[in-house]
Amino acid sequence: MSIAPETRRLIEACQAGLPFVPRPYAALAEDLGLSEAEVIERLGALKAKGVIRRIGIAPNHYKLGMVANGMSVWDVDDAVAEELGQRIGALDDVTHCYLRPRALPIWPYNLFAMLHGETRDEVERKRVRLREMLGDACRGSDILYSTAILKKTGLRLKKGAA
Amino acid sequence: MTLDETDRRIINALQGGFPLEARPYAAAAATLGLDEAELIARLQAMREAGVITRFGPFFDVAAMGGAFCLCAIAVPEDRFDEICAAVNAFPEVAHNYRRTHELNMWFVLATETEAGIGTAADAIEAATGLTVYRFPKLKEFFVGFRVAA
Repeated sequence: MSIAPETRRLIEACQAGLPFVPRPYAALAEDLGLSEAEVIERLGALKAKGVIRRIGIAPNHYKLGMVANGMSVWDVDDAVAEELGQRIGALDDVTHCYLRPRALPIWPYNLFAMLHGETRDEVERKRVRLREMLGDACRGSDILYSTAILKKTGLRLKKGAA
Repeated sequence: MTLDETDRRIINALQGGFPLEARPYAAAAATLGLDEAELIARLQAMREAGVITRFGPFFDVAAMGGAFCLCAIAVPEDRFDEICAAVNAFPEVAHNYRRTHELNMWFVLATETEAGIGTAADAIEAATGLTVYRFPKLKEFFVGFRVAA
């Protein structure tokens, strides 16, 4: 793949996150041998291209009291899965929604919808609403609660790889 | 740490849209009715307490030609710690969650190329002796970010 070398260096410089100083882009610029304005301009260009999805906080659900985090999964008729995914994904309760391949026999589910709540009861209530919405197209479902974060880092580029 | 109302407002307001300008904390603070030093201090405290896992730009590897893939392994309970260490040792593993299912370890591979996913998953299979089930997204029903604090 072709990540331009200057883009790669910028991504690497941002990997630990923005520094907590009044002029964070100037701090990055110093590390990169660029000007503050150049860093801001390059980050803006990457954001415009969609390479940067957003700039801000990644919160830890658990520490916010959202201790019940369920990955609800559904075996939905392929003929209507996309249409139903659109509707499920638009619900306020669903933070992420994806269509994925099944892995039979261990994994019959093709629609994934993340649900969060302060308790599992709250998540289960949200799940019931999804079940109702999916109706007859749904042939089975499960919900997988996360019980531990084993690792959480951002993108890590291999040093020096091109 | 106990979050107060101001911390929660910061979390709700700054999951995206952090300004690209010389004094971004000052600009963001102004919209929240805070001053720059207080916003920086609160963000730093929340980052140190782990309430914020990361603060900054979030890169989409797919937009750069790279790839993400959700994967899962059915890990025998008595080998969980050992397998966890082996999986997490791969830099391609961006995050990893323990979940309630026979497939009890779910992780995301992030690589710079499409082909990198298969290579990394195969290497994890070789390192663990366990099947790495691969669940690439076929379609994302994307609606944005809105974790309410």
